[in-house]
Amino acid sequence: MNAPLLSINNVSKKFGAVVALENVSLHVGAGEFFALLGPSGCGKTTLMRCIAGFESPDAGAIALNGADLSGVPPFRRPVNMMFQSYALFPHLDVFENIAFGLRRQGEAKDAIDARVDELLAMTQLSNHGRRRIDELSGGQKQRVALARALAPRPKMLLLDEPLGALDRKLREETQFQLKEIQRLTQTSFVIVTHDQDEALALADRIAVMRAGRVEQVAGPMEIYDRPATRFVAGFVGETNFIEGRVERNAARGPGAALVSELGRIPCEPGDLPEGAQATLSVRPERIGVAREGDGIAGFVENFVFRGETTLLRVRVAENVVLRAAAGHGERYAIGDSVRLSFPPGAGTLLKDGPSA
Amino acid sequence: MSARRRLSLGQRLVIAAPYLWIAAFFLAPMLLVAKISVSQSVLARPPYRPIFQFSDSLAELWAKALDFTLDSYRALVSDTLYLESYLSSLTIAAVATLITLIVAFPFALAMARAPERLRPILIGLAVAPFWTSFLIRVYAWIALLKDEGLINNALMAVGLISAPLQMYATPGAVVVGIVYSYLPFMLLPIYAALERQDESLREAAADLGASPAQVFLRVTLPLSRESVIAGSLLVFIPAVGEFVIPDLLGGSETLMIGRTLWNDFFSNHDWPAASAAAIALVALLMVPLLLWERARLKEEGGR
Repeated sequence: MNAPLLSINNVSKKFGAVVALENVSLHVGAGEFFALLGPSGCGKTTLMRCIAGFESPDAGAIALNGADLSGVPPFRRPVNMMFQSYALFPHLDVFENIAFGLRRQGEAKDAIDARVDELLAMTQLSNHGRRRIDELSGGQKQRVALARALAPRPKMLLLDEPLGALDRKLREETQFQLKEIQRLTQTSFVIVTHDQDEALALADRIAVMRAGRVEQVAGPMEIYDRPATRFVAGFVGETNFIEGRVERNAARGPGAALVSELGRIPCEPGDLPEGAQATLSVRPERIGVAREGDGIAGFVENFVFRGETTLLRVRVAENVVLRAAAGHGERYAIGDSVRLSFPPGAGTLLKDGPSA
Repeated sequence: MSARRRLSLGQRLVIAAPYLWIAAFFLAPMLLVAKISVSQSVLARPPYRPIFQFSDSLAELWAKALDFTLDSYRALVSDTLYLESYLSSLTIAAVATLITLIVAFPFALAMARAPERLRPILIGLAVAPFWTSFLIRVYAWIALLKDEGLINNALMAVGLISAPLQMYATPGAVVVGIVYSYLPFMLLPIYAALERQDESLREAAADLGASPAQVFLRVTLPLSRESVIAGSLLVFIPAVGEFVIPDLLGGSETLMIGRTLWNDFFSNHDWPAASAAAIALVALLMVPLLLWERARLKEEGGR
């Protein structure tokens, strides 16, 4: 990445005694689709409001294109925001909502008309320019909000839970539209979401936040396959946690392994020292399921049919239940004996132990 | 609208109650006044004719009905006193309404933007004057405005003026009295509308490049339009017919229809003339109100 478009350096923010952001540093490149992902209260919305200028950080700095934004009021920032509630102006029609930012910039009437028409077409609202806001469906409102925020050609678009108010089917469709529009406009998108699927589906890179801190910044695949902390592993996708002790040398078997109450599970130890307490995070679909053979023995306690896979809850010890995904077409019944195996590299070893 | 449903007796009664109330306490007295307005003034008790009685025969009723006359209405038009009173009332009420709006809007804005826990206290303060008698509050203004009143004394004491300003007994005093007395009726609807406004709309406007002044003119103000109209009507309509304030603060020079009416009724004992003036006033105020309401319904129907 070249010089980043947006630089957030050591930003902290408190509301009374509540710490909303603690020493957050992030960089977003030009044209990047970036996601701030985390549970509610993790500070992601506060961070977005700091970028838009509605909140000012207690400490640290936010810079856009190298220019410090401190003290710059929202209406002078070349950053636009799409609000979670959409915040469409009810006294203006669709056209005037989209034209609002352009009119504030004092553009010529012809230029405004052309730009609004272009955005109406891009968001498939061409026949709705003169509609009142309360005549629109939820999906149409969402698109007007997007068009309105894009109209003044911001350097960066902030999207606060943009798909949160849509139903499931519409959400998936809109994800593709959003990605397409981002690609067409070459604008940096920063999306705030608590929905991991949304972040994984949309973003080039994801920052996972928790309690005002950034836990990990990485691409979707890395976040999913190589979570940096136990929190990230648990928050993004489904996983199994197996606690144990690191065994680096091959004295008792091939390669490094985690020694747990389930036995030796081979894995990459990274820089963890011999004998360290660690937690292995293994995604259900990475666990091999078979009726017999090598592996940890257990029995199916329950299962959920998911379409392409069937998620099994397998009891492998008196107080240990692992979740494993069986492929399509494999049928299991409650009480069936199974063997669970861990192929090399199936899991990620995390050092932060059993806390969280 | 959905198809008509059959209503239960209870539902009909609930719907009928307000109509019955209006019929008994507004429409019926109104009809009596209308009847008196077409009667003839006589020196008697009551001072008008005809007087209908239950014992009247049909022929007598018809004969009495022929006594009805539009003389009082003709007098309204021909006697310039009425026209001047109406015009002066409308002018004073309009000026007072405008000033009330200008005073109330910033107040309402400050209240709506105040911290949430302070708002009930501020509303309480805004309506606190209602806890004392309206009459006493208007009298208090005499003490402030008269030649040797508080304001004149204070201004003379600091040497800004050498002789008292004539404030008491002027149309200006009436305007001040109306603004003061009716302020809460403007303040509360506007406050309610501003308080309800979604803050994210103002943020969105600012985000799209609107300066604070533009946010106010393009978002806050247009979204409170209905409440401004409602508050203005709540002030303007009673102000046009106001009697107490012009009587106490206006002096003999200030003409307002309420006082003219009172004089006709109690001093001149010309009940038909006073009634005609009252009916004309109602018509004067109702017609624009109904037109506005119809336009509003039409606009809403278009949604």
